[in-house]
Amino acid sequence: MSALVTVRDLRVSFRLGRERTLEAVRGVHFTVREDATLALVGESGSGKTVSAMSILRLLPENAVVHPASRVEYAGENLLSAPAPRLRALRGREISAVFQEPMSSLNPVLTVGEQVAEVLRLHRRMSARAALERAAELLAEVGIPEPRARLRSYPHELSGGQQQRVMIAMAIANEPKLLIADEPTTALDVTVQRQVLELIARLRERHRMSVLFISHDLGLVGEIADDVVVMRDGVVRESGPVARIFHAPQDAYTKALLACRPRLEARPRRLPVIDDFMRGRTPPAAPLERPPAGAPVMQAKQLRKEFRLRTGLFASKALVAVSDVSFDVARGRTVGLVGESGSGKTTVALLALRLLDPSAGEARLDGADLARLTPGRMLPFRRRIQIVFQNPYASLNPRRTIGRTLVEPMRIHGLGASESERYERARRLLERVGLPADAMQRYPHEFSGGQRQRIAIARALAVEPEVLVCDEPVSALDVSVQATVLNLLLDLQESLGLAYLFISHDLAVVKYMSDEVLVMRAGEVVERGTPEAIFASPQHEYTRKLIAAIPRGYSKSGSEP
Amino acid sequence: MAAVLDIVPENAWLALWRRLQQDRIGAFSLGIVIVYLVMILFAMAGLLAGGWSEEIGVPYANPSFLGERPNLEAALAQRAAQRQGRVPDLTAVDPLAPKYAEWEKRTAELKTGERERSLTLRWGGDRWGRDVLAKAIKGSQVSIAVGVFAALCATFIGTLLGALGGFYGRWVNDSLEWVYNVFTSIPSILLVFSLAAVLRSGVLAHLFASGIWTVVIILAVTGWTGMYRLVRAEYMKHRSREYVLAAQAIGASAASRMFVHILPNVSHVVLVQLSLLVVAFIKVEVILSFLGLGVPVDMVSWGTMLGEAQTELVIGKWWQLAAATVFMAIFLTAFSMLTDSLRDALDPKLR
Repeated sequence: MSALVTVRDLRVSFRLGRERTLEAVRGVHFTVREDATLALVGESGSGKTVSAMSILRLLPENAVVHPASRVEYAGENLLSAPAPRLRALRGREISAVFQEPMSSLNPVLTVGEQVAEVLRLHRRMSARAALERAAELLAEVGIPEPRARLRSYPHELSGGQQQRVMIAMAIANEPKLLIADEPTTALDVTVQRQVLELIARLRERHRMSVLFISHDLGLVGEIADDVVVMRDGVVRESGPVARIFHAPQDAYTKALLACRPRLEARPRRLPVIDDFMRGRTPPAAPLERPPAGAPVMQAKQLRKEFRLRTGLFASKALVAVSDVSFDVARGRTVGLVGESGSGKTTVALLALRLLDPSAGEARLDGADLARLTPGRMLPFRRRIQIVFQNPYASLNPRRTIGRTLVEPMRIHGLGASESERYERARRLLERVGLPADAMQRYPHEFSGGQRQRIAIARALAVEPEVLVCDEPVSALDVSVQATVLNLLLDLQESLGLAYLFISHDLAVVKYMSDEVLVMRAGEVVERGTPEAIFASPQHEYTRKLIAAIPRGYSKSGSEP
Repeated sequence: MAAVLDIVPENAWLALWRRLQQDRIGAFSLGIVIVYLVMILFAMAGLLAGGWSEEIGVPYANPSFLGERPNLEAALAQRAAQRQGRVPDLTAVDPLAPKYAEWEKRTAELKTGERERSLTLRWGGDRWGRDVLAKAIKGSQVSIAVGVFAALCATFIGTLLGALGGFYGRWVNDSLEWVYNVFTSIPSILLVFSLAAVLRSGVLAHLFASGIWTVVIILAVTGWTGMYRLVRAEYMKHRSREYVLAAQAIGASAASRMFVHILPNVSHVVLVQLSLLVVAFIKVEVILSFLGLGVPVDMVSWGTMLGEAQTELVIGKWWQLAAATVFMAIFLTAFSMLTDSLRDALDPKLR
């Protein structure tokens, strides 16, 4: 098979301020073959998106492409192509699908208008013919009732359907290359699987090439023919997918393959990138769990209804959570797994009484939190803390880390003086593995993984007994996930914390938990030990979730 | 406490100062605003333009750089003064005639003297021969004070109500919306007039008998609505953000979440709106003074100056208009740009 796009010695830097520049991509080579999928894999900041978007020259204004860089497409260097030529190529021969379908679609235009626009721009179709074709395209990407959907607005579709519409727009002009930038990252796991299969199917049918960008090597293994592993703007390793998975040469590739929690093993700690880069052997001993004791936190038949106003006086109830019960004992973890809309975050908020339950009890050490007055609630607030999913949103951007950490101690009167509190904050930072100079810095100066450590440090500042972790690693790269999960395990062992661990990722929940609750549409559909649930899932939904876990290359090897 | 001081707030303010200095436009605007503030302080202390109300020149005295320009009005006034001696004798019918002798005796006790009036002044004179430059400086004091104080009051009202409505929602929000609707449903100039009527006569008139406070209150009470809407929307957006939930989880009270956690994060909206309000209020003060509802007649503001300029311009005396306009334009531009820079300097992400 011949090369469709060849990227040679690509160097891209970003101007930051007057003098500073940041080299994002430093000499990258890769080749997208015709009728094949190339995957660019790396953590955020590795330069994978910049490399891919350089092909279409869709780069921010402050980007500078080195003059010696070349992107060859059909014998032409796209980096020196004039703007009209690029416009003709974009959307027609090379098209792109992005991570956030909601922000990639125009909210005030109907789906039909948006798909038809692509056709009319490049093919000069009549409005009627374009709409006709748009309906066919929507049918092809698997949207039910495509004709009716033409008149829908993006917000009327689910996230998965929005991404299907994006894909329909991208393939509308039968492109030779589809660039998919983390197209499934924002989607639920089961939807992720469907979209992945759709892309693979379309690629085969239209004989196009796909450049698939992802941070998850396990996911990529299922659809890629070739893999390029990037880190810090350079290519660490590239080759056919089988070789990358079975005989990885580079330590970083090996680390990426190892750091995702596995379903079959439960090591004491997850291997992290650092282990491999420094040539240490990751620990192999199995994880030991303490026996279940008396529960610290109990939820009994928790129920939460939200009232939606439908008219001046009319309203209807929306049941977010119904009949959820669980006990968490000291030093142990209860895992809550489910997709978006399953009510798992509502359970977390109810457990902390950040929301008041409509019925049921959330007990901490025997006291029902919902019945406490705000004044009597305060001492209980100290004993149960939360770590949120999005480390970018959960820290106050206007406060230094020091102030963020000291505030909870001040509220609860911990530490004799202000200087003692600052000393404690410094020790907390050390404990979660951050330097002491982080105290005077602001949240935006830290990476996602570091911010999640800060959020954990803040939760620990009041010495809680129960920690609710609401998707603590979902917003993080796979490689950073392992370090945060290890930190949570370390803290649990040394402090005897009880965890309520919430995630959409079954593999992560299985690794962390002693008991797993599977939630769907506000109800617990299955519960049990992680081993039992994985060995013999009873509910159909659980089976679907298990099937959606990316399994890397080995599984796809059996498929044609 | 010492530890807090040297770890956090000082650094934040120092950093703000440093970043403002790096921003050339910001530093320049800050310089201009400081010059104005110093000028106002001097004017308040009476060191500058203390004698703005003295009639030191001939009516419509020419600016000194236009000394040879004919000044018909001054000549007319002089002739009128000379004619004053010959008054027809009306003693037979004048009921006040018996008192004239007594009054004349009283007048003789007071020392009056016609001061030597100069023909030209630095930047010309007004109808009474007052120095226009001194008036503009004194007028800056009044106008800026009115604009800034009114904007601060309106910001306070709007931010407080917006925070309450946006943060608590439900009935708090509903009732505040009613108040807001009532205020915005009345044409604003009508609202200003009615408030002026209430504050200038009746019981309240004794409270704010004179000075600029009546105008400040009128402007603040009518001008908070825009700020309220903006702040309310920001609070609705922020109240369910995770950092606010996290603050609730560590036990921060509602007041602390509202004003310690959220307020700094919406401060850029408040600051920009504040600067717009200062500009808008200075302009409204001009309109009010022009209509006679603004500052009292014994004070001068840019507004009263512009009001006088209307008739002067017809007879070709442009300097009062020019002085007021230049003073106002420079200050308002510098102030707007300063708030822009301040917003950027306060944003930790733009460092």
